[in-house]
Amino acid sequence: MKEIKLMKGNEVIAEAAIRCGADGYFGYPITPQSEVMETLMERKPWETTGMVVVQAESEIASINMVYGGAACGKRVLTSSSSPGISLMSEGISYIAGAELPCVIVNVSRGGPGLGTIQPSQSDYFQATKGGAHGDFKLIVLAPNSVQEMHDFVFEAFDLAFKYRNPVMILSDGVIGQMMEKVVLAPQRPRRTPEEIRKECGDWALIGKGADRSRHVITSLELDPYRQEKFNEKLIEKYKKVEANEVRYETIMTDDADYLIVAFGSSARICMRTVEMARTEGYKVGLLRPITLYPFPYKQIAEIAAHTKGILTAELNAGQMVEDVRLAVNGAVPVAHFGRTGGAVFSPDEAYEALKSKIIK
Amino acid sequence: MAMSEVEIKNENLVYRKSPVLTDNVMHYCPGCSHGTIHKLIAEVIEEMNIQENTIGVSPVGCSVFAYNYIDIDWAEAAHGRACAVATAIKRLQPEKMVFTYQGDGDLAAIGTGETIHACNRGENIVVIYVNNAIYGMTGGQMAPTTLLGMKTSTTPYGRDAKLHGYPYKIADMICQLEGVCYVTRQAVHTPAAVRKAKKAIRKAFENALAGKGLSLVEFVATCNSGWKQSPVASNKWMEENMLPFYPLGDIKG
Repeated sequence: MKEIKLMKGNEVIAEAAIRCGADGYFGYPITPQSEVMETLMERKPWETTGMVVVQAESEIASINMVYGGAACGKRVLTSSSSPGISLMSEGISYIAGAELPCVIVNVSRGGPGLGTIQPSQSDYFQATKGGAHGDFKLIVLAPNSVQEMHDFVFEAFDLAFKYRNPVMILSDGVIGQMMEKVVLAPQRPRRTPEEIRKECGDWALIGKGADRSRHVITSLELDPYRQEKFNEKLIEKYKKVEANEVRYETIMTDDADYLIVAFGSSARICMRTVEMARTEGYKVGLLRPITLYPFPYKQIAEIAAHTKGILTAELNAGQMVEDVRLAVNGAVPVAHFGRTGGAVFSPDEAYEALKSKIIK
Repeated sequence: MAMSEVEIKNENLVYRKSPVLTDNVMHYCPGCSHGTIHKLIAEVIEEMNIQENTIGVSPVGCSVFAYNYIDIDWAEAAHGRACAVATAIKRLQPEKMVFTYQGDGDLAAIGTGETIHACNRGENIVVIYVNNAIYGMTGGQMAPTTLLGMKTSTTPYGRDAKLHGYPYKIADMICQLEGVCYVTRQAVHTPAAVRKAKKAIRKAFENALAGKGLSLVEFVATCNSGWKQSPVASNKWMEENMLPFYPLGDIKG
């Protein structure tokens, strides 16, 4: 029988982390995501699955604990919100540079600076364009429901270990704070030391046996030609990610004259906008990128070929719109509609924007 | 007879390199203290027979490449974050011997927060803290530990408290924290000091394996390149200037 509960998005991150057999969580309180660690501390997984939970002294410490845990081949995660992710960005670059698998959840809020504690999607650039120093990519999953908050924790760990790369779940204050029905997966056991050895034994810090040379987890390479070789290896990895891992959802795009592109909570809102437009006789469809990196450039271009115009609806001043324009490459008009600073648009506002900017 | 033809028998073997040290040529300047401290750590690991069970965390600084010299599994941490990295390694593999190896800039400037809080949580790790009162790797800038009046590339007229604040003793500060079980200050400038230092490392390692909390072994060290002195003069300068301010001996435990 399915286990169904009414839960908050943030609580579900914690529940899913335990159930997917995570080995460790390291975090620091910040609104609007503090329920993640609160739920973990209440659930005491160290008494059941053996999962370690540490409240660190800062986001900087949290992400470096994640680095240490991931270096041991363990399944580790952290969560934070926008300013906290900025603090983590150095560590995220080191994790990408050392090719370590981990999961980072960003329940984002409005900025810049200390900004607001209300929801925002203004970290799109930060999440998808590197967000820290050096040439690297995060794999970015954007949930639009509490169910996906749950499912993407499992998905994110699978992707992180498949590619030995950090994976970000880019959520926002809407999804983190809202309560919805969620189907919970059964408890998956944590991997045994033998299973970790089998999966990560050729690189993880599990103790140098007499049978092998030492493992060093580092992102340092002073020789520019060797560093370049490493960067080329990363580029090859990202090409594989781009070829294999694009995820998206389409709603009524087959006959669409107009397309809305939106992710996460914005996509949720725009599903209603599509209904409203269809009721009034406009053939409007919705494409929701689920992976923000890799981005569904090709799929958007294909749909754009039979539409008259595209609107991106985002809780920011215009970020994903740049990727949509790259996808379309001038073939049809692309406009952006957004609210910023923690304000969330309604389906009607998005509809008005669609009519004024695209349908005309 | 060439030295290579001398047969070394067990009864006349007086010294050998620990097999826990690799054969890599160290990048450290001649006269630097790091090489000796590395050697002591390797010998302790060998004597405790924990090579397969030990994980080191190297810092950013001159000892960033410590992983090239001690033959164990290593993580190289971001600048200042070694104690956070070590925290997770130890929490997730509690049976392992986990230590950090950090300089004074790494541990007592940029990494102060991570250091203090790992101490305060009582993580069962060892912190090897090498204090040469200067940023060696970046070319001899002022460190938090630079003595008053001491000339560095960023204090060309000498460290002035009004401009740069005071040198501080983080080892003394962390003694107040419940999670810290052992704090000692050592040096490797004489054979006697080297012998004492090795015992201190051993005690710290044993504490960590026994789950007694965090142990910190500070080394007052020379940086003859950064200090712009010969190795011999550096040892003398250290004795005359560093040791009065950073006195050797156990501070806690």
